[in-house]
Amino acid sequence: MQNNCIYLDNNATTKVDPEVVEVMLPYLTEYYGNPSSMHTFGGQLAKAVKTAREQLAALLGADESEIVYTSCGTEGDNAAIRAALLAQPDKRHIITTQVEHPAVLNVCKQLETQGYSVTYLSVNRQGQLDLNELEASLTGNTALVTTMYANNETGVVFPIEQIGLRAKEHGALFHVDAVQAVGKIPLNMKKSTVDMLTLSGHKIHAPKGIGALYVRRGVRFRPFLLGGHQERGRRAGTENVPGIIALGKAAELELLHLEEATKRERRLRDRLEQTLLAKIPDCEVNGDTTQRLPNTTNIGFKYIEGEAILLLLNKYGICASSGSACTSGSLEPSHVLRAMGLPYTTLHGSIRFSLCRYTTEAEIDQVIAVMPEIVERLRALSPFKNDEAGWLQAQEQTLAHR
Amino acid sequence: MWDYTDKVLELFYNPKNQGVIEEAEQAGVKVATGEVGSIACGDALRLHLKVEVASDKILDARFQTFGCTSAIASSSALTEMIKGLTLDEALNVSNKDIADYLGGLPEAKMHCSVMGQEALEAAIYNYRGIARDVHDDDDEGALICSCFGISESKIRRVIRENNLTDAEQVTNYVKAGGGCGSCLANIDDIIKEIQQEAATPAINNYGVKVATDIANTKQSQLGLTNVQKIALIQKVLDEEVRPVLIADGGDVELYDVDGDRVKVLLQGACGSCSSSTATLKIAIEARLQDRVSKNLIVEAVEPLL
Repeated sequence: MQNNCIYLDNNATTKVDPEVVEVMLPYLTEYYGNPSSMHTFGGQLAKAVKTAREQLAALLGADESEIVYTSCGTEGDNAAIRAALLAQPDKRHIITTQVEHPAVLNVCKQLETQGYSVTYLSVNRQGQLDLNELEASLTGNTALVTTMYANNETGVVFPIEQIGLRAKEHGALFHVDAVQAVGKIPLNMKKSTVDMLTLSGHKIHAPKGIGALYVRRGVRFRPFLLGGHQERGRRAGTENVPGIIALGKAAELELLHLEEATKRERRLRDRLEQTLLAKIPDCEVNGDTTQRLPNTTNIGFKYIEGEAILLLLNKYGICASSGSACTSGSLEPSHVLRAMGLPYTTLHGSIRFSLCRYTTEAEIDQVIAVMPEIVERLRALSPFKNDEAGWLQAQEQTLAHR
Repeated sequence: MWDYTDKVLELFYNPKNQGVIEEAEQAGVKVATGEVGSIACGDALRLHLKVEVASDKILDARFQTFGCTSAIASSSALTEMIKGLTLDEALNVSNKDIADYLGGLPEAKMHCSVMGQEALEAAIYNYRGIARDVHDDDDEGALICSCFGISESKIRRVIRENNLTDAEQVTNYVKAGGGCGSCLANIDDIIKEIQQEAATPAINNYGVKVATDIANTKQSQLGLTNVQKIALIQKVLDEEVRPVLIADGGDVELYDVDGDRVKVLLQGACGSCSSSTATLKIAIEARLQDRVSKNLIVEAVEPLL
């Protein structure tokens, strides 16, 4: 298997930090007890779990009692939405956005079949929400506002505290999917309007299979997984102790590196972005470039298709991601980019580069070196580049009239 | 990551025949172009054919493709496959042939091979001045998938040609159902209908079981019993021959079948028509040979008075 790639797909997953691996290993081997056990062998693990909980709470600016471990971000999102609705059985309205992760969107779609009404807030060309639309959508029947903190595809950051204030004014709970924001944006839940917040370990250099849900003290919470009394009755199931230990350490390291790493990632990201825009004609950045994660850039290369770009990048050992339909099982391109109203000429050829604290100057140089050639090569194949016959123009006119 | 064959990757990394064929001022040579797909769908192919007019032979083929790895590889494969063929021979190239040439495609990418086949048809139809919608069966042309603009006739064709058995496969081959998904139930119904047509024996006017899908039945003619053969002859006469004759004031009735000799009674205008021999041979015998067995000989018998 290939393991020496230039990895610029950190919004998909991240490398597990070697220090994280080191601290979790003993819990896969010698300390394999069950923290719920009465005997010392298992019981001593409860202390390690508590330490990890404190480490994670510190990253969030929260109290350790407000942390509920989950298996992943998807579980956190599902649990938060269900909990908010179960706690307010008389309210039947949810507000979310068109650009959420499927872990939120698909739950909302299912809830619509169960008698809930859902408002999907639109976004503008920059991928930003209109707070007036949110304000107009809130009613006394709104049980929950659930939005992401930062978009996984564009990195666009939503004005979370302003959203939360409006939700509070209408008595709605506020859940935030912060899977992409944690570790990249300083958080202080004590001063926040957020009631529940989802995070995932593998996005912050912990392994896959561990996540957490922040639940503000005092928020009524009904568990999604029923069973034993783990996590103070809020999430049944024997704890993933190695994962929890790893997440704790990863959180500690994120907090330690947050300021310096984000500054560095932003500098590298900006250099990559600005150089590609300067070197390659007919491309543009997708999304708000002022309210954006420091590690993410999403660039639309016109007239060519994303999967083909990715495969040529892959030939150079470069890993990135695309909003193209052909990269997934779906036949529809990215719902995020479509919601932003991007033209099809850009939409299908959009590539996301997402950096992390391990990204080097040399890696960025390599992408800058190969990307112009890749784009040129695919454009030479494309019937839409230099479209003298007007095929594309005719199609765009048809699309404009739809 | 998609599991592509070495051939797909080879033609993606080093595509053959990419580019345009300009209309040259060359005596006896014409350029045909076919365009399918769209920027909205995420893949599009413009195919150029250089045709020797006298022989109908494809002298050169080139492509321009907007699309993924398999779309580019399928386009390149197609151009390699059709060079040197006559247009009629090229029309026999199916999407399956393109996929086979590539050593297979991931099922979710089969629509790329279908795009190749359609571009080829479009180019040849354009060259021959035939409107593309003539190719589709107008009676079955209702739009099923509005997201990708796919008609019922196209869905039926791809189901039959590739023996597809579920809606997901149809989505993989022609994209229908891959958008909002609201047409998936309709696609399921079409599949069910086609499967029933192929598998369920029907009862004809004489209460005899025959295979209803005559085209499919051609392949299994050798296994027809006498009763099935007679019933099939009767069905072809009733459904395909008699309506034409009746429209001209005539008619035909099956009198007897003796081995491969089909005896019929020509009636009405057909009975007294000076061209009844032509009717017998072209309208009836040729049709029965095509639909039932090439060994059949049709004879007219005089009605008993």
